Amino acid sequence: MSAHGHAELTHEHSVGTTRLFSIVWVWLLLLTAVEVFLAYERLEVHLMITILVGLSLIKAALIMSYFMHLRFERLGLFLLLVPAMVFCICMMLIMFFPDSIRLMNLRPH
Amino acid sequence: MSEAEFEGIVESRWSGGASPFAINSKKLGMWLFIVSDSLTFSALLISYAYVRLETPNWPRPFEIWPAIAKSSFMTFVLLSSSLTMVLGVNAAFRGDRKKTVRYLIATIIFGIAFVLIHATEWVTLFSEGVTPWGNPWGVPLFGGTFFGLTGLHMLHVTIGVAYLAIIAWGFGKGKYTAEHVEVSGLYWHFVDLVWMFIFPMVYLLSVNPK
Repeated sequence: MSAHGHAELTHEHSVGTTRLFSIVWVWLLLLTAVEVFLAYERLEVHLMITILVGLSLIKAALIMSYFMHLRFERLGLFLLLVPAMVFCICMMLIMFFPDSIRLMNLRPH
Repeated sequence: MSEAEFEGIVESRWSGGASPFAINSKKLGMWLFIVSDSLTFSALLISYAYVRLETPNWPRPFEIWPAIAKSSFMTFVLLSSSLTMVLGVNAAFRGDRKKTVRYLIATIIFGIAFVLIHATEWVTLFSEGVTPWGNPWGVPLFGGTFFGLTGLHMLHVTIGVAYLAIIAWGFGKGKYTAEHVEVSGLYWHFVDLVWMFIFPMVYLLSVNPK
């Protein structure tokens, strides 16, 4: 197991190639272009915000996995960082949700 | 980090304790900073969403041309800076000092370009009477949240440019190792990542509906 771990680590920093990173970069640009196109089309706000948040999360995942090398790290690091952050953000949102929904219903349509 | 220390981390992978994530302490420290900083930005974004929802006459002032075109170009600049950064990190681990410094300088130039374009946008808004304290549409909170969010992000980019300049200088001189470059790269990609949320939430959702 230890020998295997050694081989894995020495390869760790040569995993990403220029080609791979360029492909990720092109994908990020394409997703951004889709977002700008949606804004140009002036979609309805609720639909728009859902799609935009979805696309942004995909872009964030791409940046974290490839540019920030998280895909090439041990799973343990991912489990340390991401779930805790998601949990904290959800906790922040929970404070606002009931009030936000009330406000949305109060708004004149 | 010396070769022996690096070996030490490798050895400790399965014996537990010393280095459970098989990364150096600088990198873990930067990751923990990134988590806490992303919570700061989430708090700002959530408060922006909240005050926007709470204000029925929230302005949507940005035209496709020039405001959205400009911010899209800024997104392109920042994404490209991330590409040069990650290629710089790769070059650093290959031991190619000259190439690393060149990639880092390219990243710094992209970063400075981002800040300058952003600054011209701010100046245009100021000249239209949109300030952090008030605007022609009578919703001062628009300025508060807009300049608060983009300003904090711009501060991060500016600090990042200075950070990368120090790393590029030190790495070129042989003072710093590839790990230093990688850790500064993590910070830089994080700044890029935050913009991936600010750009759609602040700009694209504020396109003038007319």
